[in-house]
Amino acid sequence: MRIQCPYCGERDVSEFAYLGDAHVERPDPGGAEASRRFYESVYLRDNPAGPHIELWYHTAGCRSWLRVARDTLTHELLGVELARQQPGAAPAGGAGEGEVV
Amino acid sequence: MRRIGVECIFALAKQQMAPRGATTIPRMRYSIFTLMRQALGAHRGWPAAWRDAAPKTGYDVIVIGGGGHGLATAYYLARVHGIANVAVLEKGWIGSGNAGRNTTIIRSNYLLPGNNPFYEWSLRLWEGLEQELNFNSMVSQRGVLNLCHTDAQRDAFARRGNAMRLHGVDAELLDTQAVRRMLPFLDFDNARFPIRGGLLQRRGGTARHDAVVWGYARAASQLGVDIIQNCEVTGFLREGERIVGVNTTRGTIRADRIGMAVAGSTSRVARLAGLRLPIESHVLQAFVSEAIKPFLPGVVTFGAGHFYISQSDKGGLVFGGDIDGYNSYAQRGNLPTVEDVCEGGMALMPALGRVRMLRSWGGIMDMSMDGSPIIDRSPIEALYLNAGWCYGGFKATPASGWCFAHLLARGESHPVARAYRLDRFASGHLITEKGQGPQPNLH
Repeated sequence: MRIQCPYCGERDVSEFAYLGDAHVERPDPGGAEASRRFYESVYLRDNPAGPHIELWYHTAGCRSWLRVARDTLTHELLGVELARQQPGAAPAGGAGEGEVV
Repeated sequence: MRRIGVECIFALAKQQMAPRGATTIPRMRYSIFTLMRQALGAHRGWPAAWRDAAPKTGYDVIVIGGGGHGLATAYYLARVHGIANVAVLEKGWIGSGNAGRNTTIIRSNYLLPGNNPFYEWSLRLWEGLEQELNFNSMVSQRGVLNLCHTDAQRDAFARRGNAMRLHGVDAELLDTQAVRRMLPFLDFDNARFPIRGGLLQRRGGTARHDAVVWGYARAASQLGVDIIQNCEVTGFLREGERIVGVNTTRGTIRADRIGMAVAGSTSRVARLAGLRLPIESHVLQAFVSEAIKPFLPGVVTFGAGHFYISQSDKGGLVFGGDIDGYNSYAQRGNLPTVEDVCEGGMALMPALGRVRMLRSWGGIMDMSMDGSPIIDRSPIEALYLNAGWCYGGFKATPASGWCFAHLLARGESHPVARAYRLDRFASGHLITEKGQGPQPNLH
C-alpha cells in the first residue's frame, strides 16, 4: 500500500502513522448535551467497509498530516490532500499504476 | 486392496454430496467403536455432521454469524437453556471468518478483574469441551509462556501473575534459568532483548480452530438448531421501536430476539439497524511455515515486540504479531507488518531463519475503543451485541457463547460478563489491559 504525499511523492505505508477517521470533531465543551456529544465523538465510529476518509501522519518524511481517502475493502487509495486544506479542495492523485496491495 | 481404497474415496465423496436440506440425519456418537464399525463398512455410513438447513419463516432466537461464537451461542441456548428453536445465519460457510484464520491460542492470563473470571471460565469450558461435544477439537494444554526482557517488565508480569492467582488461575513466574531449561534454543545471548524470565500458564495452549466450529455446529444441529449458510443479513425488520426480524438473501425471517456475533463485520451489520459503535475494523495477519519435525513444545510470546508462536500438530509453525494498524476489511495486510513479525521471530529464536514461510493470510478484527469485548443489549429492543473481541476472540469462544446464550435466554448478563457493557464507554468503566486510550490500533 502506498500513499501519495503531496510534498514527498508516492511513499510506502510504513513511512506513515495512522490516526483514524478524519470526521472526528471536538464538540464545544460548553454547548448543549456536551457529555453525550463528547462520548460520541471520542468513542463512536462509522467504520465503513468501502471508501473511508482518514488521517495519516508522514513520520518518516515531511511530517505533514494528510487527509486520505482510501477504500477499506480493497486498500485502493482514492485521493490525498494536506489535512490543513479545506476538505474536498482539488485532491492529489491516488495510487500509481500497477497492483493494489 | 486398491479396489477397496478407490471405493472408499467414492463413498466419502458421495457422503459429502448427501441430500441438502434434509430435516433429520441419523445421530451418531463418535467413538472408537463407531470408527471400527464404519471402517468395516468402508466408511460409507458416516452421517453428515450437521444439517444444512433451509430457513423457516420464524424462530425464537436468531444468531447472526456462523463462526465459533455464534455456533457456541446456539449450542448453549439449546443445551443449557432448552431453547432449540434457534437459527444461526451465516453469510458464507461456517467458520469462514476469524474462526478459520486465528493462531489457535487459548489462555486465561489477563490482568484486570473484568477479564479474569470470564477468560478462566472459558478455559474451564475448553478443558471439558471435547467430551461435551463428542468431537475431537485437539485441545492441547501445552503451556503459554510470555517472555520478559527488562526488570520493569518482569515486575509487571509478576503483578499480572498475582492478579491471575487471586482469581484462582494458575500462573508461574520463571527466571532466566528456568526458561533456558524449558526452551534452550531461544536467543539467550541477545544483548538488546535479554531474556529475564517469563510468566507461564501451564493450562494454556492451543486448540484446532476449524474443529471447534464443526464440533459446536454438529452438537447444536443435533439439538435442533438450524444452521443456515449462504444467508447474508441485508436489513432489519422493525415494528415500532422493536426489531422483529431480519431480511436476508434467503428471505425474511422473524424472531423474538436477535443476537449479532459477527466480529469484524459488526459495524456494517449494526449500520443496517442505524447503530454506530465504539469499534474499528482492522486487519490482523497470521502465518504458517512449512512442516518441520517437533521443535516447539508450547506457545511462546516475545516480550520486546508483539510476536507469538506455536507449532501445529501438522508440524507447521503458526505465528503472528501486531495488527497492521489501519481500518481494513480486506482480509489481507501489507509487507511492512510481515517484516516486523519476522524480525520479532528472529530476535526470539534465530533458528527460524532456516524455516520457509508457507502461507500468510488476514482476518477482520473488531478493535474496540478499550481493547475489551462487548456482550450486552443494543440500544434497540430485541437486538443484542457480541463484539469487540479485537484479536483475542478465539480463546473466548466457549465463554462468549455461554454468556451470550445466558443474555439472550434470561435477558440479563452472566456474572462473569457483567463488565462487558456497551455503556461503559459513556460511564468511564473501561476495561483497558494496555492502558492506551481510545485509539483502537494501539490495543
